[in-house]
Amino acid sequence: MTEVVMQRGLVRHEGRLAMMAAVAVLVGVAFMTIGLRGDLAFVLELRAVRLAAMVLVGVAVAVSTVVFQTVCANRIITPSIMGLDALYVFCQTALVFALSGFGFAGIDPRLHFLGNFTAMTSLALALFLPMLRRRFDLTLMLLTGVVLGVLFRSLTTLLARLLDPNDFAVLQGTVFASFNAVEPDLLLFAGVITVAGVAIAWRARHVLDVLALGTDTAIGLGVAWRGTAAGLLVVVAALVSASTALVGPMAFLGLLVVSLTERIVGTNRHAILLPAAALTAIIVLVGGQTVLQHALGGEGSLGIVVEFVGGIVFLAILFAGGRR
Amino acid sequence: MIEIAGVSLALGGSRILDNVSLTVPKGGVTALVGPNGAGKSSLLSLIARLRPLQSGRITVDGLPVDTTPSRQLARIMAILRQDPGVASRLRVAELVGFGRFPHIRGRLTAKDREIIAASLEQFDLSDLALRFIDTLSGGQRQRALVAMTFCQGTDYILLDEPLNNLDMFHARNLMRTLRRIADEHGKTVLIVLHDINHAASYADRIVAMKDGTVIASGETGDIIRPDILESIFGFSMRVENIAGRLTVLHHA
Repeated sequence: MTEVVMQRGLVRHEGRLAMMAAVAVLVGVAFMTIGLRGDLAFVLELRAVRLAAMVLVGVAVAVSTVVFQTVCANRIITPSIMGLDALYVFCQTALVFALSGFGFAGIDPRLHFLGNFTAMTSLALALFLPMLRRRFDLTLMLLTGVVLGVLFRSLTTLLARLLDPNDFAVLQGTVFASFNAVEPDLLLFAGVITVAGVAIAWRARHVLDVLALGTDTAIGLGVAWRGTAAGLLVVVAALVSASTALVGPMAFLGLLVVSLTERIVGTNRHAILLPAAALTAIIVLVGGQTVLQHALGGEGSLGIVVEFVGGIVFLAILFAGGRR
Repeated sequence: MIEIAGVSLALGGSRILDNVSLTVPKGGVTALVGPNGAGKSSLLSLIARLRPLQSGRITVDGLPVDTTPSRQLARIMAILRQDPGVASRLRVAELVGFGRFPHIRGRLTAKDREIIAASLEQFDLSDLALRFIDTLSGGQRQRALVAMTFCQGTDYILLDEPLNNLDMFHARNLMRTLRRIADEHGKTVLIVLHDINHAASYADRIVAMKDGTVIASGETGDIIRPDILESIFGFSMRVENIAGRLTVLHHA
């Protein structure tokens, strides 16, 4: 009897997953085809690049958030607590400050991407490596990240005050996530990193289920906790760095997507949760961008739309959950 | 055999364990008793490599716990800590199934499913198999955790106060099950107990700890004596032989 019901549960989860995949494909088709005008080849290519960027970023943000929350045993934090996006914003501000808006716009995008990626992963490694050598515990590491984040944000504010108003406008364009100006070259870089990171997370899906039981239980079941946790956090940092360097900070998206997904699929099994979260992120991003382009006339940036709508949806879920 | 040699532990400047040396022979039920703060749980955590070893040496079946790969240890030794919170939204059968993780790392085989079903049956959980853990009472959850520990199928089983939250029926059931697997399958059980009468009835050996050291250790009959119990717990109590069982009148 138990077997049958468990099997039915699994089939239900897989059914939901298939439904979400279908919705994601529909949204993708809508994004590619609505309002096609003019030179078809050119428009389709432009849209394809944006679509690819959104899929990459969605998958990277969703998977990194799920893994990060499981390792930290906390369902309401996102990798941004490590201060990576604060570092990213600070780096952009410092570059604009040093090179002025024109100089900043003239940086080779590949060099820019690699520089940002390296800065963020270096910070993450500096945070995690002491943990491996048993000098730090996870909480202390997260706190260090919070403090560094505050430091970077304060420095950013200081530099932004000193900026020329024109330069400041250039800066504003880069620190909100946007898919309007994605370099096709960079997609390949970010794609390789994202695929590698997601592959590692997928291989670790059963280990993640065990980690979710708590540190002591996981060790008792034979997971080498320290090494595993540090390794997974490095994967998280690589995914976050790749997506942030590609389009800008999208941390809030992760929180929104994972809480939505958990309510939709109703399981904590990572074999379901990881792909479901990735699909939700793709639906939210591509759907949001379609709405932005065709309903809002392309004004503003997707990051703002996602955070605004996402915040409202999130509050609604919290209130609905509280009333039950 | 579990061998502990010269193990000390200090946390935040205070000494928790002070040069503990102890041998737990293979097979049988060994009860770890002692007042609060004696270091029983800390010793169990160190044996189960949940805490890094600061000094001394611990081996289980000849394998040093600080250098042997965690997965290899998980196939010979299972640990149930006091009240490990389970945050994940899981059904009882899923939780118990995690006990098979060290052997398979993923997909359950037919044999694993049999073992899971047997563990559920053993701890009276078959009717609760599909309930979510967060809807269970404290005692039911405790039984699910014990079943998971059993499901791991290891030669060594370490349990930290597993009788917490259990009613009389299920406490007796657990102790009898431990006795049976020790007798019939040659398993080694190391269990922290607070009820001295459970130790007196079911344990082959008793190890008594106080203030971070082992102050007495031996066959159950040699420890359940008024003078030794007084030296452990700090008050005198009568020991009677009732229907062939040593019984400590500690509550009167």
